[in-house]
Amino acid sequence: MAKASIDARGDLRLTRLTKTYGDFTAVDDLSLTIQKGSFFALLGPSGCGKTTTLRMIAGLEEPTAGSIHLGETDITTTKPYQRPINTVFQNYALFPHLTIFENIAFGLRRRGQKDVKEAVEKVLNLVELPHLAQRKPTQLSGGQQQRIALARAIVNRPALLLLDEPLGALDLKLRRQMQIELKWIQKEVGLTFVHVTHDQEEAMTMADTIAVMNEGQIEQMGSPADLYDNPETAYVANFLGQSNLIKGTISGNDGDSLVVDLYGQKISLPKSRSHAVDNSTYAGIRPEKFRISLLETPVRGNVLSGGRIEDVSYIGVSTQYQVEMPWGQELMVFEQNDDGVAPFNKGDAVNISWEPTFTFALRGDEDVTAGSEVQPEDLDEE
Amino acid sequence: MGKNRTPYLLLLPGFGFLFTFFILPIINLAQTSTQTKIAGGDTGQYEQTLHFRNYIDAFVENKDQFGRSFLFATISTLLALAIAYPLAYAIAFKSGKYKNLLLVLVVAPFFTSFLLRTIAWKQILGEEGFVVPTLRSLGIISQSTTLTSTSFAVVMGMTYNFLPFMTLPLFASIDRIDPRTLEASGDLYANGYTTFRKVTLPLSMPGVVAGTLLTFIPAAGDYVNASILGDPTTKMIGNVIESRFFKIVDYPTAAALSFTLMAAILILVTLYIRKAGTEELV
Repeated sequence: MAKASIDARGDLRLTRLTKTYGDFTAVDDLSLTIQKGSFFALLGPSGCGKTTTLRMIAGLEEPTAGSIHLGETDITTTKPYQRPINTVFQNYALFPHLTIFENIAFGLRRRGQKDVKEAVEKVLNLVELPHLAQRKPTQLSGGQQQRIALARAIVNRPALLLLDEPLGALDLKLRRQMQIELKWIQKEVGLTFVHVTHDQEEAMTMADTIAVMNEGQIEQMGSPADLYDNPETAYVANFLGQSNLIKGTISGNDGDSLVVDLYGQKISLPKSRSHAVDNSTYAGIRPEKFRISLLETPVRGNVLSGGRIEDVSYIGVSTQYQVEMPWGQELMVFEQNDDGVAPFNKGDAVNISWEPTFTFALRGDEDVTAGSEVQPEDLDEE
Repeated sequence: MGKNRTPYLLLLPGFGFLFTFFILPIINLAQTSTQTKIAGGDTGQYEQTLHFRNYIDAFVENKDQFGRSFLFATISTLLALAIAYPLAYAIAFKSGKYKNLLLVLVVAPFFTSFLLRTIAWKQILGEEGFVVPTLRSLGIISQSTTLTSTSFAVVMGMTYNFLPFMTLPLFASIDRIDPRTLEASGDLYANGYTTFRKVTLPLSMPGVVAGTLLTFIPAAGDYVNASILGDPTTKMIGNVIESRFFKIVDYPTAAALSFTLMAAILILVTLYIRKAGTEELV
């Protein structure tokens, strides 16, 4: 009889967790608390250390340094099979020799649970595949296998459910659908979900809290809205959606606002959204926050004048403009097609305006391309 | 038109070869097995009398050798399995960049003759080899015990000679197992032993079945190991068939023994595959 799994519950706490392989540091002094019952996403490009972090939580990799606590229990060196943690693997890792029923029952049987049949049937109903119980995994479609992998994990009611790029192998449409289902199931069963992904849209759709990882460390952590509206670094600003970053100088102070000089034009932004450390800064504005107007139209808020429309792409729900500014930079502007017509043409001379509260300010010594060269959609973990 | 005929044309050389060198000899052997001596004829002169009693006589006369053949084959198959499984597992999962090198080493013995290797075992187990003195000094065997010309030597020789036939299919089968399924098993509360019993072993069953068959079948009919490493008391059915054919020139008995051996192996193998195929052997 295997040593029974420990019965720890509560928040997951990673303390100064480090994992090195030879000279390479995969996870670098990472500390993090994940609240019980939350849906937490570790987001980053491949090689950022998110999967290694997940594998250390699962017990499949041993940390080089640091500790892992579940509630008050130290599980740093606990064997995987003794941890009250289950994983939905990237390629599902269903047992090909067992039926779907036996796949799901696997964890329950190992722990000698009673009423296996009832529990398996219940979870099969939850993932809406009760008719597949007697099939083998290879007879199922990718989406069905994905749900069975999820069912096999949640049927054990773990203190923590780990999801390693669980939707990576599905096509886009199915992925969107599963995102909504996963979120719903998480609410339904009330377990703590830790989800690893490189897809920022996926993380934002599902997670309560997202930690953006870069080179083994957490770049920024917060709610999806926090991260999107108030990124602290260029990496986060570029990795989550797209950003226009304009070089500038902080030239003054106006109550709760800062005045920033962008190539001779003054704009303002809330102090609470400035992460600059000195006068030099990059002002950041999301493309959909901009409004374009012809020169004679009066505008409010922050205004940058002297723009010229370089490119117009109509993509249905919105129109995307490239606007060249007097200092040579091209800004991206997304305009909703509320009125059904694209009102600006290539070559139009325009002003760009936006609400000051939508502005964030980064440090002036940032690499403005950080996080933008990695196109999340193109990435695949090995 | 041409497309439809292609498969048959491709089959033709193989079929022709098998017909000439397998089907015809088998028919010939079957005919021989029911012949009897021509009254007053010379040695080796037989006539067809449909004397099916040959089978019963041959079996009764040699049932000890039959029993020994299957016993030795079973023991050496089990020993080979016990040695080859961990070996194949280690090559598949733990050898990293040395995987191909280790596989070459597994088949390396085939570069020397089967006979030579078996004779080498005679040296290894002989009085002047290192095994006997070592075992004697450790007190594992008595001073008067020898290892050559014993059942032990025959079984060891067979285990050794058929080991690659066990290792290669096992490796092929274990190598195909997705290591993530083993991780998943650990993740789902199975310890190492349970993971082996419930995941690794069932998933490697095709290799176990193929390996045991590839070892057991030739081992049951083998006579080289028994003639080189054994003595008259360790004779296997292969030795009997050999001597009936080539020394005593008793073709009908040799043919009847050959068919009986074939039938016995077929029955055992069929039962075994049924068992392995319909339920997990665990």
